[in-house]
Amino acid sequence: MNGLELTLCIFLVAGFAGVLGSLTGLGGGVVLTPALTLLFGVDLRYAIGATLISVIATSSGAASAFLKEGFSNIRIGMFLEIATTFGAIAGALLAAGISTSALAIILGCVLLYSAWSSTRNHHDAVQTADEDSLSLRLRLSSSYPTELGLEQYHVQHVRGGFAMMFGAGMISGLLGIGSGAFKVIAMDQIMRIPFKVSTTTSNFMIGVTAAASAGVYLHRGYIDPVLATPVMLGVTAGSFLGARWLPGAKTRVLRILFGLVVGALALEMIYSGLARRI
Amino acid sequence: MIVPIQVEHPEQTLGKLLRSGVLISAAVVLAGAVWFLTRHGQEVPNYRTFHGQPPQLSSIAGVLRGAFSGHSRNFIQLGVLLMIFTPVARVGFSVALFAFERDRLYVILTLIVFATLLVSLFWQI
Repeated sequence: MNGLELTLCIFLVAGFAGVLGSLTGLGGGVVLTPALTLLFGVDLRYAIGATLISVIATSSGAASAFLKEGFSNIRIGMFLEIATTFGAIAGALLAAGISTSALAIILGCVLLYSAWSSTRNHHDAVQTADEDSLSLRLRLSSSYPTELGLEQYHVQHVRGGFAMMFGAGMISGLLGIGSGAFKVIAMDQIMRIPFKVSTTTSNFMIGVTAAASAGVYLHRGYIDPVLATPVMLGVTAGSFLGARWLPGAKTRVLRILFGLVVGALALEMIYSGLARRI
Repeated sequence: MIVPIQVEHPEQTLGKLLRSGVLISAAVVLAGAVWFLTRHGQEVPNYRTFHGQPPQLSSIAGVLRGAFSGHSRNFIQLGVLLMIFTPVARVGFSVALFAFERDRLYVILTLIVFATLLVSLFWQI
């Protein structure tokens, strides 16, 4: 394949990943790194660099829509971004010292977890304890729009959530993905923030987290402009289309199907890593 | 008749900033890619083995210098940099927003994030 044909093929795959990623809420980035390495034989480091840029693009595009609807909590986002940016830089620095086979295995495991968590049904956590004193001082609690009007929520276990966010940032920096699934654990499971607020705020934070590790990857030469082009443009176009179709789509079936695709790619990544083919 | 003044929510301004950043960088990347592929589209690229990018594509100063002296790869990389800087600009804008609201605590917290991002992007660690 020459450069033009390869660019068009990658654009189509990235567009498809972008549509499914936005319809299912998993993000297109999760399938792109394995698709680039397994289907197109791209070195894992170039694949990570290109995917990272597409993650920034989708997060920024989607965040602009969610901000308008009033779900995202900017204070929570800004406060937790301290943890994710430091985590992301640490992860990106760590990535240089790890073999690509080991990275492929870690990526496979993270993908398996993301696929599994996306097929679960979510119920908003019941608020058990009183508001955390740190949350009070940081004024993290807020309200969000529901069918019954504005609903108040308060934030718990701020320290635990902050620590988990450092971990989520580290995974994002290590593998060049958004690691939205781990950000949602920190906010939804630990800090007991309503699910809709957690997912939209996580999306808001993903771009900043990815930008923090992008510097390290840029300086290391992982970001090839010609490879990043179809990945970034494809995912962006795909996720804009996906967001437009979202209201009418049968997301339950799609989530399971996409979960299976991600799961299969994840197992193939783990196998290739163990066989040291990556 | 009194015309109601439209007060824009700061969230919406942030949203607009992000959307325009994405669209502008996508346009620059697309223009650069068309330029590059019309000249080099027939060549067979090699992504199988990792060589890393040359210095002119792996530092901000290098990318800018090359883009303005007419290298198509650098021009694409300039669009990629604009995409990376879109969320960074959002953080910088949030600093100003919190300062406007006289929210000292959040000005400091947001400045920490902003400074970390700038250091990691401009300084080779």
